[in-house]
Amino acid sequence: MEGHRLSDHLRFIIPSDFHEGRAIQRRIMEEVEKHHFNEDAVFAIKLALEEALINAIKHGNKLDKHKKVRIQCRVTDQEAEIIIEDEGPGFDRSSVPDPTTEENIERLHGRGILLMEAYMHLIEWSNRGRKVRMVRRNDPPGADNRGSAA
Amino acid sequence: MAESPARLNVTSHKDIAVVEFTENKILDEMSVSEIERALTTLLEAKERPKILLDFANVDHLTSAALGMLININNRIKQQNGQLRLANIRPQIMEVFMITKLNRLFRILGTRAEALGNFE
Repeated sequence: MEGHRLSDHLRFIIPSDFHEGRAIQRRIMEEVEKHHFNEDAVFAIKLALEEALINAIKHGNKLDKHKKVRIQCRVTDQEAEIIIEDEGPGFDRSSVPDPTTEENIERLHGRGILLMEAYMHLIEWSNRGRKVRMVRRNDPPGADNRGSAA
Repeated sequence: MAESPARLNVTSHKDIAVVEFTENKILDEMSVSEIERALTTLLEAKERPKILLDFANVDHLTSAALGMLININNRIKQQNGQLRLANIRPQIMEVFMITKLNRLFRILGTRAEALGNFE
């Protein structure tokens, strides 16, 4: 894992490997814990981060260890911003089927993006779906209707 | 009592296999695959399996785990068995609700309620 800090930013470049992704997740969650995010926000960030990393490593880069995943993270007391970018072929967000419909509810896959969008306050896709930017504010529990908040 | 597979603690209550997850996180692909293999072994051991999954120790899971649970649920149904989920924490329950999987699974509050819900 390559990583360095630039002011408040953490930046990492990893091969497409789940163990490497897990190490990044731990590092980012350490940063989140340092800034005293509430329990719901911690849960939300951990879940969305895990889903985004799995998407990049497995679905984007197809577990090709020669392909990299770039992660940027900026955490303040107010919010956590995470940017993840893979080197895969990209995808069209609008073409991803809704996994909650009756016809799709028993599908084994396809819920990661739904969960990311449910648990983060902001989510933006760019570079033809290869890059995702997510933000979760450290609002008090119950302040909004996002996942893991009352 | 059958030997407990890794990552799961299995006990019996009459003809019901009560399964506790030994780890608090059902996270990565590897652990999900191992859990699925262990549950598959359990359900294949009985003609009409009755399985209770106790989530008391689980405080985090991923969408891959949800897919695994759906697959197990389907396998159990194919064998005319029954599956119940219990002791799901509010944050985990919210994941089931956001994905609408709370409508697919039979989820009860406590282990006792789940045990009493088998037909």
